[in-house]
Amino acid sequence: MADVALGKENYVPPPAEVEDVELPHAHSWWTRYVFCQDAKVIAIQYSLTAIAIGLVALVLSWLMRLQLGFPGVFSFIDSSQYLQFITMHGMIMVIYLLTALFLGGFGNYLIPLMLGARDMVFPFVNMLSYWIYLLAVLVLAASFFLPEGPTGAGWTLYPPQAILNGTPGQGGGIILMLASLALFIIGFTMGGLNYVVTVLQGRCRGMTLMRMPLTVWGIFTATVLALLAFPALFVGAVMLLLDRLLGTSFFMPTLISMGEQLKYGGGSPILFQHLFWFFGHPEVYIVALPAFGVVSDLIATHARKNIFGYRMMVWAIVIIGALSFVVLAHHMYVSGMNPYFGYFFATTTLIIAVPTAIKVYNWVLTLWRGNIHLTLPMLFSLAFIVTFVNGGLTGLFLGNVSVDVPLSDTMFVVAHFHMVMGVAPIMVIFGAIYHWYPKITGHMLNETLGKIHFWITFLGAYAIFFPMHYVGLMGIPRRYFDVSDMNFVPPSAHDLNAFITVMALIVGVAQIIFLFNLAWSLRYGKEAGGNPWRATTLEWQTPETPPGHGNWGKELPVVYRWAYDYSVPGAKEDFIPQNVPPAAVRAA
Amino acid sequence: MVFVLLFVAIIAAIIIWWLSRQRLFSKPWLEEGLAGEVPGTGASHLPAAKIGLGVFLAVVGSLFALFLSAYLIRMDTGDWRPLPVPTVLWFNTGLLILSSVALQWAQVNARRGDLEGAQTGLLAAGVLALAFLAGQFVAWRQLDATGYYLASNPANTFFYVLTALHGLHLLGGMVALGRTTVKAWRGVPVAKLRMSIELCTVYWHFLLLIWLIVFGLLLLGADASLANFIEFCTSVIKGAR
Repeated sequence: MADVALGKENYVPPPAEVEDVELPHAHSWWTRYVFCQDAKVIAIQYSLTAIAIGLVALVLSWLMRLQLGFPGVFSFIDSSQYLQFITMHGMIMVIYLLTALFLGGFGNYLIPLMLGARDMVFPFVNMLSYWIYLLAVLVLAASFFLPEGPTGAGWTLYPPQAILNGTPGQGGGIILMLASLALFIIGFTMGGLNYVVTVLQGRCRGMTLMRMPLTVWGIFTATVLALLAFPALFVGAVMLLLDRLLGTSFFMPTLISMGEQLKYGGGSPILFQHLFWFFGHPEVYIVALPAFGVVSDLIATHARKNIFGYRMMVWAIVIIGALSFVVLAHHMYVSGMNPYFGYFFATTTLIIAVPTAIKVYNWVLTLWRGNIHLTLPMLFSLAFIVTFVNGGLTGLFLGNVSVDVPLSDTMFVVAHFHMVMGVAPIMVIFGAIYHWYPKITGHMLNETLGKIHFWITFLGAYAIFFPMHYVGLMGIPRRYFDVSDMNFVPPSAHDLNAFITVMALIVGVAQIIFLFNLAWSLRYGKEAGGNPWRATTLEWQTPETPPGHGNWGKELPVVYRWAYDYSVPGAKEDFIPQNVPPAAVRAA
Repeated sequence: MVFVLLFVAIIAAIIIWWLSRQRLFSKPWLEEGLAGEVPGTGASHLPAAKIGLGVFLAVVGSLFALFLSAYLIRMDTGDWRPLPVPTVLWFNTGLLILSSVALQWAQVNARRGDLEGAQTGLLAAGVLALAFLAGQFVAWRQLDATGYYLASNPANTFFYVLTALHGLHLLGGMVALGRTTVKAWRGVPVAKLRMSIELCTVYWHFLLLIWLIVFGLLLLGADASLANFIEFCTSVIKGAR
């Protein structure tokens, strides 16, 4: 093997010792478990909060589906509530669950451990980030307890209807929603600064960027996207809040409502759409890129093979991140914009398929002739690849203006984005939890329960969303409370809708198995040991499991190789951890 | 759009420059380090706090670029009634420039190890920044007194919102500056203060830059055509003579 090949002119010899940081050690129960500055504890706090509010959103989806599957049967769901359920389900799932769990949860846990750092670079700010996130969640949840309930403006919160009379939650719900979003963004910025600067400056000796596991690449790039894109949502939210509270007219055009001229005038609703999607499209990749990264690591580890085309994978992540800023208007084909704009954005949208396809090929080629272990993380990873390809293909449909226009605002769109940014990332989240739970707790999750959970969730998700594409192609609109007495809807569509609802209920209930498994295994799960998956990355090489505060005991690790030395010919084991020096391998 | 595109271009240039130094074409699967010999990580020699501030400024920049883009787009929708920019803003701009200069002076003194100079600079910067904020408040009161209310026209709304947003950022900076100043007056050794002072200075200069851009655009929005703006500039220059 080649020795370190470095460009001589820009070689900077590393310091003999990495400067050790002084950690704010906990002195009491409060600072150890509650106001804790340890990234691992913050990660768990983030994850539990995200999962808790995500369960609320899951129940909301049940209520929605009950109405769609059996219209008129459940008298406790009225049309305003239905809109409120949609809105809150969408917003919670996209922002408060997926974004928070991937970046706040996995980011906090994995970045310092995978990079051989003791902690994030600004632990106090990191802690503050979680508490502001919690506040945002509480403000959002509080809107359920208002007399007229949360906002029902749809998750995109388009003005003018979002703040007009007649939209449910126009009184307090929309205000709390916008305030909560602003808080979330402030909290996220604090966390995001940590993730980015830790990746830039906190890596241990020998951990060059090109030796980082793809999980870190994914989270890092997603964080950069989020830091640049979330301000757009912040600006939109603040301006909409002013329109609602102080009667300004940023987005509100001249309006006559209920025969009465409103005080608004001259504002541009399209401006909000631009701001929203300047955030909204990168948001898709803020969720997807960490999933891409994590799944790459899971596949390599559980197929005992190095990731195929590591460099391509890194480039693809960066290119996808860059492109995600120039496709925003493909969400606005029906907003009446200049058709030439549409062609431009259709082109950029379809170009994203190239780096994305490269990633899919590389995952498949990593599996090719690998030693595939059908462990739970692997099962979920395979489910991810299949689901992502499915969802991505319908993305090609919708990226084209002429196909999108008739399909816009139908259930087809709902099915598409649930496949590609709902089911697919959730599969990765489950896989990742099954993979890293042993490191977090020291116990394995129960395999049998996990398999039951996997098969119900995976097959169930397909039973829900495949028929939904078909329903959408029939022209059944999304966001409609009741389509039962529309002439063009055939009875078969109603049967499908009922079927989808039943499957949604089953998949939802199956998550109880998962939650039970999480709680049960904490105590009764098999002892995991330090490295149950025989993985190469640094988080599995900690002296203690679960890792203590400071992660590494007395000495920081030193990295000698990339993260994917699996099944290296001539090595005594089928994996070589990143911190094993070459001499130790050869001596064996 | 111009501001967002410009901002995205700047950020993209920085990222590409940074990525180009990260050996993205290396083949990590062939590079096994020798025992005791490891490559540099490519981390910057700058301290983490400075890089953190840099990343934060990118976020703030994004925020303002988006607001200013929205401002320019909204200006064209037809119901824009320019408002007279209060004269006190020129005075305020001077105060903010002086505040930045004072902080720069504190930084120079801190580097030289002169605690007393640093103390004076910090205090002067803080007082000048507070005076700036008070001046902004006066501008609001003047507009309000002459009937230019927040919600009566988008030009007014943007004026209040942009100045408030900038003021809030400055107020946030005042917390950091205040803490540093208190430490300096308590006699904390200047070597320990240097980093805080440098961070404050960078932030102050950045906010000054933002203010100059915002102020320029507010003048533009006050008299909605560029020709008038240029005329205004020349008249100011002539007036100064």
